[in-house]
Amino acid sequence: MNYFRPPSLSLRFVPVWRRNFLVWRKLAIPSLLGNLADPMIYMLGFGYGLGSLLPEVGGLPYITFIAAGAVCFSTMNAATFEALYSAFSRMQVQRTWDAILNAPMALDDLVLAELVWAASKAALSGAAILAVAAALGLVASPLALWLLPLVFLTGLAFAALGLIVTALAPSYDFFMYYFTLFVTPMTLLSGVFFPVEQLPVALQALSAALPLSHAVRLARPLFSDEVPQGAWLHVAVLVADAVAAFWLALGLARRRLLK
Amino acid sequence: METLSVSGLRKSYGDLAVLAGLTFALRPGECYGLLGPNGAGKTTTLRCALGLTAPDDGTIRLAGLPVPERAREARRRVGIVPQMDNLDPDFTVAENLLVYGRYFGLADAAVSARIPQLLEFAGLAGRADAKINTLSGGMKRRLTLARALVNDPDLLFLDEPTTGLDPQARHLIWERLKQLLQQGKTVLLTTHFMDEAERLCHRLAIMDKGRFIAEGSPREVIAAHIEPEVIEVYGEPGESSAAEWARAEAGQFATRVEITGETAFCYLTESRPLLRHLADRHGLRYLHRPANLEDVFLKLTGRDLRD
Ligand SMILES: Nc1ncnc2c1ncn2[C@@H]1O[C@H](COP(=O)(O)OP(=O)(O)O)[C@@H](O)[C@H]1O
Ligand SMILES: [Mg+2]
Repeated sequence: MNYFRPPSLSLRFVPVWRRNFLVWRKLAIPSLLGNLADPMIYMLGFGYGLGSLLPEVGGLPYITFIAAGAVCFSTMNAATFEALYSAFSRMQVQRTWDAILNAPMALDDLVLAELVWAASKAALSGAAILAVAAALGLVASPLALWLLPLVFLTGLAFAALGLIVTALAPSYDFFMYYFTLFVTPMTLLSGVFFPVEQLPVALQALSAALPLSHAVRLARPLFSDEVPQGAWLHVAVLVADAVAAFWLALGLARRRLLK
Repeated sequence: METLSVSGLRKSYGDLAVLAGLTFALRPGECYGLLGPNGAGKTTTLRCALGLTAPDDGTIRLAGLPVPERAREARRRVGIVPQMDNLDPDFTVAENLLVYGRYFGLADAAVSARIPQLLEFAGLAGRADAKINTLSGGMKRRLTLARALVNDPDLLFLDEPTTGLDPQARHLIWERLKQLLQQGKTVLLTTHFMDEAERLCHRLAIMDKGRFIAEGSPREVIAAHIEPEVIEVYGEPGESSAAEWARAEAGQFATRVEITGETAFCYLTESRPLLRHLADRHGLRYLHRPANLEDVFLKLTGRDLRD
């Protein structure tokens, strides 16, 4: 059997998505607060604390500059945590996936459900930061509503990447590598906290290859009532990332679970 | 009604041939048992039959459909009790059933209407709102059985359904399985409890190292593979040794003698001469009983430990 054959997508993923939603609903408030605490601290602490010492950054007050970064950062974080720790516990620890696969469900349905679920949760986190930013008067116009589809897409891209790691992970400890070697450096190189242009040229090239950069490059102009330059390219990179990573994650999951 | 038929099933992991050519078929309405020590390949057989892993060779049909090609659809007609409990710990008892029904495309109203009846069957009436971690092992097993019935399946697969349960809990599961058989369901059961198999199975296969080494009804298997009677002989501590006695004298009375530690198992077709002999021997105790499946199992798979 070819584990890396194309995914077969169907709406059968919906009941699995609803299962995760039902669990989340029981713990929604602490879960949302947990997801939001970090990005809020960065946004408010750096934005107002550091921002008061700085002139404009990238042509914006620092709090506005970092708010756009925080929306993307929060989305990435939420998608990553869900696709790593929560999905792994459903797959390996609680054996929820085994139970679902005994029903008339394909692994494709299940991994798609995890993808869309993690993206949904991530979008909610991103949207919550956006709402806080709007309440603080940091959002210039309704053009910022485009951030809602953007955070969902960003969520898909990072959920798919996270599911690759989960499909390979022998245990929870494995996830530290992903954070240390990928997520943390990417956060620093993607223009979340400071403009990419401040980086050495070689690192700027690396930055252009990172999905978070593309999300940030879309998000920041939308905060200031500007249409992002080269928007379709950035969208295409995020879509391609989501599709390719999902395909790979599914192939690895098939190899792990259906052997 | 088509159930499950398997022919020439082979599966290897690396160099290990886990299934070495299995052929069997379930008759509608029967309970068929797969018996074997740990590692015999029971779970792997079930996973192949359900299309959860692809065999290297062989053909499988489940509920009238080819597996693994159309296994997902075939599983609509099947209820599964897995070897390891995998109830959803975040949900209540009733939510576990409701959510599982959704995976079959069942409407919430339809499942909700069945929940009281399913809980009644599982001996969990009044526990609909209990959390999973408040249930005992036996209750979890019964809830898993109820969950397997949520789609009203024709076929039930149970992988070691009573392992780890106390006698009361085991008997309750057996009673429920008998009820399900009476309702006309077909059951495939794996176990390493011989009494369970003897009680429940119309037919069974004893498997070891991925092969069937005996198949038939419990009576047929016993008749075909072992002498009808057994006398177990034990020594009295400090007086006489059953092992020494067996080596020296048991051969003249029994067709076959097995010695493990301080117990001699004498298999025979005619028990009276040995019983007379033992009546005059002081220092030896004995137990006379008909041969059972466990004797066959131990004869065919050996007495060595399997981990
Ligand atoms: N996914 C797997 N990868 C490698 N070996 C496996 C896998 N699944 C089962 N096995 C091996 O196959 C043999 C049969 O296992 P199993 O079917 O679980 O036996 P049983 O259920 O009879 O105890 C065992 O030796 C087990 O280690
Ligand atoms: Mg097993």
